[in-house]
Amino acid sequence: MNCRDLSHFLDEYLAGELPTDVASEFELHVSRCGNCDTYLLQYRETIALGRAVAGEIGAAPEELIQAIMASLKAAK
Amino acid sequence: MQAADESALAESIRAGDAVAFETLVRRETPRLLSVARRILGNDDEAGEAVHQGFIAAYRARDQFQGDARLSTWLHRIVVNKALDVLRARQRRPEDAIEDLLPRFREDGHHQERFATWPEMESVIDRERLSGTVRDAIATLPESFRLVLLLRDIEEMTTDETAEALGITPNAVKLRLHRARLALRTLLADRLQGAHP
Repeated sequence: MNCRDLSHFLDEYLAGELPTDVASEFELHVSRCGNCDTYLLQYRETIALGRAVAGEIGAAPEELIQAIMASLKAAK
Repeated sequence: MQAADESALAESIRAGDAVAFETLVRRETPRLLSVARRILGNDDEAGEAVHQGFIAAYRARDQFQGDARLSTWLHRIVVNKALDVLRARQRRPEDAIEDLLPRFREDGHHQERFATWPEMESVIDRERLSGTVRDAIATLPESFRLVLLLRDIEEMTTDETAEALGITPNAVKLRLHRARLALRTLLADRLQGAHP
């Protein structure tokens, strides 16, 4: 397995979906290639940083809530 | 909310109870507005998507299945409303993503040497970091940005994402992989320049 192959398999590896023999090759490459080790770390961190954005919830304007309630009353 | 309370609220919603719907609107609007803002990048359009989503949910209230959560049901409705708004926008040509993907030499090795990222919390504060991530996601070409949003941030499954976007599950997987690769590149550019 080379760096290009490893890049191709990143998602399946992280999802635990790679066949055992391919996962072993993946891990062997990472253990020998510092550049791919760094890349894998950053790929994981990228996913985690993206997911952290989901926790950000701003306030909802009262006018919007009132407008929604008015529409629901009218829809009765 | 306790499961019994949630179940009672769902039952009242199905029965068309206005007070129950107001409880739901007040509880869910902040979260749903954030979801629509992430997809649309525009407060006015996001508010309209949430507004239309609640009207659609109200009209379809008797179709709500008790085995789902109200919040999940509303989330899917609002995501679809936000995607409808996006589709109605004038389409702009999309930038190619290839420039943001890793490049390899003929022997399959990376062309680039990757520098270790700085410790996030020690370099920039949490608010700036969130802004950096949001800005990087917003820079992704639209068809990749949407898949990344729905899969990684809205936590929809591959099949749900495929259905919402009208593409195949395999296309979702491919786009998600490319979107994550591209986002890593964009974050690397931003984070490595973020030393105080």
